[in-house]
Amino acid sequence: MRANQATAAGAVGRELVGVSILGTRVLRTEDPGFLTTGAVYTDDVVDERLAGACHVFFVRSPVAHARIRSIDVSAALQAPGVVAAFTGADLADLPLLAPPMPGMINDQMGQALLARDVVRFVGEPVAVVVTDDPYQGEDAMELVDADYDPLPPVIDLADAAAGDVLLFPDAGTNVAATFGDAAELKADLFDGCDVVVSRAIINQRVAPAPMETRATAAAWGDDGRLTAWIPNQGAQSTRDALAAMLAIDPATVRIITPDVGGAFGAKFGADPEHAVVCWVAQRLGRPARWAETRNENLVGMTHGRAQHQTVTIGGRRDGIVAAYRLEILQDAGAYPRFGAFLPALTILMAPGPYAFPRAEAVAKTVVTNTTPVGAYRGAGRPEATAAVERAIDLFAAEIGMDPADVRRKNLLPMFTEPHTTAFGAVYDSGDYTVALDKALVAAGYPDLREEQAQRRSAGDVVQLGIGLSSYVEITGPGMEAGGPHENATIEVHPDGSATILTGTSPHGQGHVTVWAMLASDELGIPVDKITLKWGDTDLIPEGGGTGGSRSLQQGGAAVQQASRELIEVALQRAAAEMEANPADLVFDNRRSVFAVAGDPEASVPLAKLAEAEQLLVRSVFRAPGPTFPFGAHVAVVEVDTETGKVVLRRVVTVDDAGTVVNPLLAEGQRHGGIAQGAAQAFLEEFVYDAEGNPLTASFADYPFLSATEVPSFELVDMATPTSYNPLGAKGIGEAGTIGATPAVQNAVIDALAHLGVRHIDMPASPQRVWRALQSSGTTAVGSGDA
Amino acid sequence: MQVQVTVNGQSRSDDVEPRLLLVHYLRQRCGLRAVNVGCDTTSCGACTVLLNGRSVKSCTVLTVQAAGQQVTTVEGLAADGPLHPVQQAFRQEHGLQCGFCTPGMVMAAIGLLAENPHPTEAEVREGLEGNFCRCTGYHNIVRAVLAAADETAEEVTP
Repeated sequence: MRANQATAAGAVGRELVGVSILGTRVLRTEDPGFLTTGAVYTDDVVDERLAGACHVFFVRSPVAHARIRSIDVSAALQAPGVVAAFTGADLADLPLLAPPMPGMINDQMGQALLARDVVRFVGEPVAVVVTDDPYQGEDAMELVDADYDPLPPVIDLADAAAGDVLLFPDAGTNVAATFGDAAELKADLFDGCDVVVSRAIINQRVAPAPMETRATAAAWGDDGRLTAWIPNQGAQSTRDALAAMLAIDPATVRIITPDVGGAFGAKFGADPEHAVVCWVAQRLGRPARWAETRNENLVGMTHGRAQHQTVTIGGRRDGIVAAYRLEILQDAGAYPRFGAFLPALTILMAPGPYAFPRAEAVAKTVVTNTTPVGAYRGAGRPEATAAVERAIDLFAAEIGMDPADVRRKNLLPMFTEPHTTAFGAVYDSGDYTVALDKALVAAGYPDLREEQAQRRSAGDVVQLGIGLSSYVEITGPGMEAGGPHENATIEVHPDGSATILTGTSPHGQGHVTVWAMLASDELGIPVDKITLKWGDTDLIPEGGGTGGSRSLQQGGAAVQQASRELIEVALQRAAAEMEANPADLVFDNRRSVFAVAGDPEASVPLAKLAEAEQLLVRSVFRAPGPTFPFGAHVAVVEVDTETGKVVLRRVVTVDDAGTVVNPLLAEGQRHGGIAQGAAQAFLEEFVYDAEGNPLTASFADYPFLSATEVPSFELVDMATPTSYNPLGAKGIGEAGTIGATPAVQNAVIDALAHLGVRHIDMPASPQRVWRALQSSGTTAVGSGDA
Repeated sequence: MQVQVTVNGQSRSDDVEPRLLLVHYLRQRCGLRAVNVGCDTTSCGACTVLLNGRSVKSCTVLTVQAAGQQVTTVEGLAADGPLHPVQQAFRQEHGLQCGFCTPGMVMAAIGLLAENPHPTEAEVREGLEGNFCRCTGYHNIVRAVLAAADETAEEVTP
């Protein structure tokens, strides 16, 4: 809870108004609509510009790697209701979807919007069928006759790196990017260590699987401009990506963002399908719509993680780590997208919260005949935390020390001035040991260890595992040009209401409520009289969107800044109105009036100052840098040593993201992230067979987390404000996947540590756990009355 | 073929293809777009509605199977009146984020509480196993359903 605003108003004198709305559990203003008529997602949009829209259906490659011999759409064209059908040849004039990060990613690996000569993953779009009615499209798609000459599929990352078969022969390599030089790894990095442990770890491929799949509704106006409704995380980058694929001026594109049913990193920018739907609408001179099936989504939307790691850790038997090395082989999938760049973020955060005297990390990204990899909640940082937290536990097991003690001995001591790591990250503030201790106390760590010891000595079939993770992550990284910044526009209307325009883009986070809280706190206008607008590029041409947990610390800070600047503007008008000296006026944000200091009766309402002239301020907040939230998680699992089944009993977390503006919503972010992290640790994996056939391409096969597989979570408060924005806020959106994933994984391994198990890759499925037990050299114990 | 269905209290008669799924009938013919489609394998429950008071996944019901019956969607719960106790509890407990699973989740919860007015946490989790949520980790959804159950209990025994 924040105190009053006595110091916050800059040049304008402020009445003390008691308790601020900030820091309170304000219920979401979004919810009544969502709960009664439902949100309006892209497939729900009813708009006259979309009247008579045709429906687009994508025919996708059923093979992982093949040369296209022919695609015959003639039979499909004869089917009832079919308006048109197109193949890659029809779009041959359009550029390839270019990899991101020019200069860092191999630019010879672009994707045609519809495959032209070669298909490179199961699910790659090769043709579209366009119909009047959705059911007709389902029928007609099956009539498209595509003939393929198979090429050898490259699925295994080592095979990809070896390069015997190239996905892009013209590129001359399967390597999409390298980070650091493996040849420069120091041969003497671990010299002098008593103990050195090394282990290959797989951070498996998972599907972001937002509940709302991808969709597009597109209409071209008589003025030659495109209006496209697309679920996204930032309309401005979606506009630019779409314009690049269509080879048109971004100024001719208007993106409108309906409600978005979850994104988790995978709805940033635009995908080929979005562009094809817009192209079809233009070609046919008719609005066009597309809403993908879940099956399409699981093979067509970018995947996450997909990183193979080798960790090496060395140090003394007293628990002090001397050196740490992380080597990464990243799977980009068939076409380099943001996933190709993930290792850069992993390397940046490689040593995590630890004061390792020596550390180094290198990475290589390769292409494979699988779905392209993109950002997924955490995007590179969960992979860093998973690696170092496994390494710490491997080291602890090797020297026979409690993993909590090893962490305490190696965590960076508390700091308030920025700390620069060997990898160039500038941690703004941190108190990692306190976070760990708070989590251990809340979990009842000594009691848990005692229960574990009892079960071990009794030889119980079901063993208890306690897993820890300490983490620090980077939020608001400022990948947008010009460093971390965001804009907000606020307008006060004569009727006492206000409108905010933001460059962020909520899809579940609750910006409508929180941005209104921030403005309300400054302006004294009730939250329910403040309207938030976002995601319309004609209305808001600039913006960085929502991702990387940037929104509150930059977009929210911009709303607060704009509100304060608006008060400055209004002050001058108030002074003129009241024929007073501005210095004699104070703003009373409880009544939303300017008053003469010491004479509250002599006042003018803020809203009145908008009558004669528009009262509007646009402001850009610039942060000095990213912020680094931190915390510690404790997971408790039960593992059945006969069946390998893992049951998650408890997750206790400390997540310090600085000042919290709305605890209700911050807790919600933590819950969701914890669940997704736990899901990766013991359930979810997107699996291919050796031929590149996806084996988990429906919700019947992909083990999406359900309510029965997680407990309620135990959250502990800790809030160390950052000095990087006036709110004191860091990002909270990704803490859960970063902290919980290794905590749960470590817990599973910890349950079996006494049986000789040192590592189990994620997800810790019954089969994988059982195999680890079989190969640990110790048969599963327990029988009879255990 | 012609079907008569009562949707949110209003009787309708429509000519439908025999293969038309109830979810598509509700979305496209009735304009009830809170009924969402989240998968194609009857796994996710985003399309859950009440059929004669029992929760069903409307992607797995043919419209013709609903002939002569009562269908209730989330749009039919509050109409213009106050929120249903389950809707209110979802808001109070922050049991929704992106909102996509929400209409189905609310209807599943109502179906659950109709069958078991005083569920334990474990029973709530079992009862909602067929409804997926990617945002909340289920934590606040479970709290909301338990709170709604308490609310209902208080109404019965003040």
